[in-house]
Amino acid sequence: MHPMIRTSRRRRRSDGAARRVFQLAALFTFVITVLIIGTLAVDAWGFLSKLADTPDGLGSLTAIGWFPRRGLYDIGTLVVGTLIVTGIAMLVAVPLGLGAAIFLSEYARPRLRRYVKPLLEILAGIPSVVLGYFAIAVINPDIVVNLFSNASKAFTLMAAGIGVGILTIPIIASVAEDALRAVPHALREASSGLGAKRSQTTFRVIIPGAISGIVAALILGMSRAIGETMVVAIAAGAVGGGLFQLTPLQPGQTMTGAMAALGFGSDQVAGDNLAFESLYFVGLLLFVMTFLLNYLSDRLVTRFREVY
Amino acid sequence: MTESGKPMNIVNENVVGSDSGLQTIASSERTEVDTDTPPFVFETIDLNVYYGDFRAVRDVNLTVAKNEITALIGPSGCGKSTVLRCFDRMNDLIETARVDGRVLYHGLDLYGPDVDAVEVRRRVGMVFQKPNPFPKSIFDNIAYGPRISGMAKKKADLAVIVERSLRKAALWDEVKDRLSSSALGMSGGQQQRLCIARAIAVDPDVLLMDEPCSSLDPIATTRIEELMKEIKDEYTIVIVTHNMQQAARVSDRTAFFSVEVNEQSDARTGILVEADATEKIFSTPADDRTERYVTGRFG
Ligand SMILES: Nc1ncnc2c1ncn2[C@@H]1O[C@H](COP(=O)(O)OP(=O)(O)OP(=O)(O)O)[C@@H](O)[C@H]1O
Ligand SMILES: [Mg+2]
Repeated sequence: MHPMIRTSRRRRRSDGAARRVFQLAALFTFVITVLIIGTLAVDAWGFLSKLADTPDGLGSLTAIGWFPRRGLYDIGTLVVGTLIVTGIAMLVAVPLGLGAAIFLSEYARPRLRRYVKPLLEILAGIPSVVLGYFAIAVINPDIVVNLFSNASKAFTLMAAGIGVGILTIPIIASVAEDALRAVPHALREASSGLGAKRSQTTFRVIIPGAISGIVAALILGMSRAIGETMVVAIAAGAVGGGLFQLTPLQPGQTMTGAMAALGFGSDQVAGDNLAFESLYFVGLLLFVMTFLLNYLSDRLVTRFREVY
Repeated sequence: MTESGKPMNIVNENVVGSDSGLQTIASSERTEVDTDTPPFVFETIDLNVYYGDFRAVRDVNLTVAKNEITALIGPSGCGKSTVLRCFDRMNDLIETARVDGRVLYHGLDLYGPDVDAVEVRRRVGMVFQKPNPFPKSIFDNIAYGPRISGMAKKKADLAVIVERSLRKAALWDEVKDRLSSSALGMSGGQQQRLCIARAIAVDPDVLLMDEPCSSLDPIATTRIEELMKEIKDEYTIVIVTHNMQQAARVSDRTAFFSVEVNEQSDARTGILVEADATEKIFSTPADDRTERYVTGRFG
């Protein structure tokens, strides 16, 4: 064999070592994932079977509200709270995120892009705890209470939702922008060549061409909004529990908020260990929801890659 | 039918005003051109195009006559596409591109201050090297231009335009039964004829074609060449081609571009060597460089 193309033994050995390191990392990730899901599932099941043995049985999963200390586990309260916060977050993040994406990909000159893109990244990098305090210090008193005089003065689901929305903007903007920019340049030329204005090209060719990627961006943003915890824990206000209610202008409890409260132990009262265990049940539910959303977005992203 | 929706001038707010013919010359079928207006559809005067600091073409003076097929030939990188893209202001889409000199369209400077590039492109259609149908149905591809220009909105009106355009592009018989299926499912040659039909649908005055056959097989190429000859009574066509036989077969006039290399700076600049009747270019060109190129002794 020609000396130049023969692999040295040392090289082969170091390749093998690198390979094993990566394999180990991959295995580790896999094991952790399985452990988490397994623990969640087992403990959720444990909670449910213990709950079934209490006097009220599984009936306490529907009650006047979520008060784990009192044995009231109305899961509907948490789901509705989560939907309200997520809905408001999306109302904020979808127009702003998509708007930013369209602006960056279709309108901004490269120089402006160079300045605006890092700004989005800064926004993405704001710790959510900071936004949580921003929500109670600014968003609730200066926006929510100003707009709706009947809003609760300190904590509202709406302030939390707006805060979560701000955190969601950069995700939607960056994924949607990638999708828009992936539309071939040839289609822009085709459209302009036929005398289309830029807005016509954008709305009739580029956005339809990127639609699955845009939908994926929205779903990704939504699963981020559903999973966001810190802002809600700080700004939604229902630390102990929450009554079932439908207005965003009152404090409320979300799935993540309830879990955080249980996790902090602020809710743990001696004698009622079921309260803590309900954490796993809520966690599993949350996991299933975000998993489904991520799976859906994955499917859409693959499909949108196949278009061209 | 087009008179209704489409403004007849490509100038914003009639700013040109006093300059008599300029607003109505866009389509000479609809308006008689003054006899003393030059018969040229395009005339470039000392056209220079830069990409950033790089000068791609220098001092091009070229005329394109009405209802003729003008071929632009020359070695790769000599600026054929660059010049072609000045005729419908497509270079505007390139951030770094800058155009210097004048490009007259029926006597009106396309790069004048009040000219709307969007209006220019409605009159000057472009067919690209690679077929670029929209990922939409065949029908929607053709209807795209008429829809955005407001030329037709009702399905019935659009259907008339779609059929007429597809017939002109010799594609109607092949696709009339699947107008609602995706254009992406067509063969490359069909897609390119679809792009021609799509360009024709907005009733342009000129068709610019940048190597429209380079990604097609010989049969599809022949069909497009036949098509060009059929439609040239209605349109003025400018085609860029690398295929010398094609230029000789289809064009009335041929412009030969070349690359001039500056000895000191090594800068490569495109220049127009000569433009003349096609027979002349291919038999007795005035310039040695043209002769070497067309006889294949280039270099
Ligand atoms: N967008 C651009 N940015 C920078 N330089 C460019 C750009 N487009 C073209 N050029 C340069 O301008 C010169 C002319 O290019 P052009 O594409 O017009 O040549 P062409 O004659 O069409 O070549 P070909 O036959 O290969 O298509 C080349 O040197 C090319 O590299
Ligand atoms: Mg070219």
